[in-house]
Amino acid sequence: MPIVDCTGVSKTYTQGKIEVHALRDISVAIEPGEFMAIAGPSGSGKTTLLNLIGSLDSADSGRIVVDGNDYERMSASQLADLRLHKIGFVFQAYNLIPVLSAAENVEYVMLLQGVPAKDRRERSRGILDEVGLDGKYDRRPAELSGGQQQRVAVARAIVSNPSIVLADEPTANLDSKTGQGLLEIMKEMNARRSVTFIFSTHDRMVMDYARRLLRLKDGQVTDDRKK
Amino acid sequence: MNWQLAWRNIWRNPRRTGVILVAVVIGVWSMIFLGALNRGTVEGMVRNAIATLTGHLQIHLKGYRDDPAIENSIARPWEVEKILTAALPADARWTARIRVNAVASNARHYSGVTLVGIDPASEAQVSFIGSAITQGRYLNADDDNAILVGAAFAKKFDTRLGRKLVLMSQDSRKDIASRAFRIVGIFDAEMDSTEKQFVFINRSAAQKMLRLKAGVSEFAVFLADENPLTEIAGELRATLPSGLYRVSTWRDLLPIMTALLHIMDGFIYIWTLVTFVAMGFGIVNTTLMAVFERMREFGILKALGMRPWRIVRGVLTESFILLLMGMAGGNLLAVLTTWPLARSGIDLSALAAGVEYAGMTRIIFPVIDSRDVLVANLIVLLLGLVVSLYPAFKAARFKPVDAMAYT
Repeated sequence: MPIVDCTGVSKTYTQGKIEVHALRDISVAIEPGEFMAIAGPSGSGKTTLLNLIGSLDSADSGRIVVDGNDYERMSASQLADLRLHKIGFVFQAYNLIPVLSAAENVEYVMLLQGVPAKDRRERSRGILDEVGLDGKYDRRPAELSGGQQQRVAVARAIVSNPSIVLADEPTANLDSKTGQGLLEIMKEMNARRSVTFIFSTHDRMVMDYARRLLRLKDGQVTDDRKK
Repeated sequence: MNWQLAWRNIWRNPRRTGVILVAVVIGVWSMIFLGALNRGTVEGMVRNAIATLTGHLQIHLKGYRDDPAIENSIARPWEVEKILTAALPADARWTARIRVNAVASNARHYSGVTLVGIDPASEAQVSFIGSAITQGRYLNADDDNAILVGAAFAKKFDTRLGRKLVLMSQDSRKDIASRAFRIVGIFDAEMDSTEKQFVFINRSAAQKMLRLKAGVSEFAVFLADENPLTEIAGELRATLPSGLYRVSTWRDLLPIMTALLHIMDGFIYIWTLVTFVAMGFGIVNTTLMAVFERMREFGILKALGMRPWRIVRGVLTESFILLLMGMAGGNLLAVLTTWPLARSGIDLSALAAGVEYAGMTRIIFPVIDSRDVLVANLIVLLLGLVVSLYPAFKAARFKPVDAMAYT
């Protein structure tokens, strides 16, 4: 069974008096463990599709089922719980809480899940070691480089043992070497933990790493191929 | 970690936090300080009024208060004395007085006064006069023609110790009674009007002058503990021969003061409300600014799976910590400023005329009452949290994608 199943999904935004059709009748099924990129020019709808899959926004029409959960039948609280336990996010702008340390940023998701303090501490340090940030647990985001902050974001996304990780332009603010290092970490996590990774990107390097590439243009699928 | 996060979020913008803290500190301080000042003023006024011959309660013949003429004197005071001895608490004090309108005159002046005939020993335990003598001496039990006058009276009459003063009034047979007295003592009172109004002679001398036999105008009672005043007054009313005597508490005897006390209480409630409204706007504004600045962050937290009620709780926790700090500072400042003044008093002598007109004492001793402190703090805390709800719900209501798009 697909871990993400979108059927006939459409989304329209109103900007002033203009209607923008971000997605037009998109259907896509994503299998568990995939390492997939959604590519396309700016305005193609890739971030919109990612937001809808992640339940950060709601579709105007169509059906989205993630890990067996039909979004149409779920309340806002249920969607919040789904995001907490099943979906991890990595954003372009890192989006760490600036007043928390690296370890505390990672722990925060587990705090929301109700994980006991001792377990939170152990797991957060363990995952930071995995992403190459051992010894930097107590550094605040302002004391970390862009690449290091993004690794903390990846650690935060993974630590809750999600079914899928949605990464919106994760390498956009990083140099190529740092970006490549980040992709290696995510690829390793995909292999070791069988977490499904879905990227939205227009970075060639990310597209090369992906094992499946879905291309969008003007809100519609133009190509969908596995490597 | 939620408390840790709230604490750190508060100090993201130290200047803004400092400004709102100062507002809360000043607000709490002003509520407590003005409350203490008000309470001290009120207690001073009441204490002064009670000491100035009113006492906590008085007993008169029915009709005396409507027409304080000599024919409305209590002819059988022993009836009342017996009941007072039985009904009053052991630490209560009472005295019997004669009080009539009279005219005082000397070679230079004449003026209407209130002639008060006292038993020196018992009067000293009930009213101010026993400890108010500043020149000469107090009355002795066997003084027959000695008189005490106030300092302002002596100045008005251009007289002094040892000089004569003639008192004239109507006696029990409706004849003019007139007698000369010698000034043996001059007293100071809280108000000049008291000094000018009252002159004191021995009760026996007054009874002789007014041909009253054993009659007295009133009994005045002073209670060590005012709390059971209403019960004691009720018991006396029930015990004294009905239809003959009237028992009045100080609130009955001083209706204007009673009304003024209600007004002053009302003033404090209005001040508390005004202070809080001003402070409340500051709290809402600061919290809203803090929320809007972090709207993107709230979007991320929602994306991570944080439920709206946790966001509300987070914002309220920040407000709670701010309010607690402000309250602690305000309370400390209130104690530091009120405590020394409670010992030394605030001297309003420069405003003597206005102070006297209002019935206030010249020196006010602020009184911090624990109830006032509790009410001020509870109001600030509860209403502070209530006004923080608006920004808190604002933060929680945005869709994650809209919040993350916020700039």
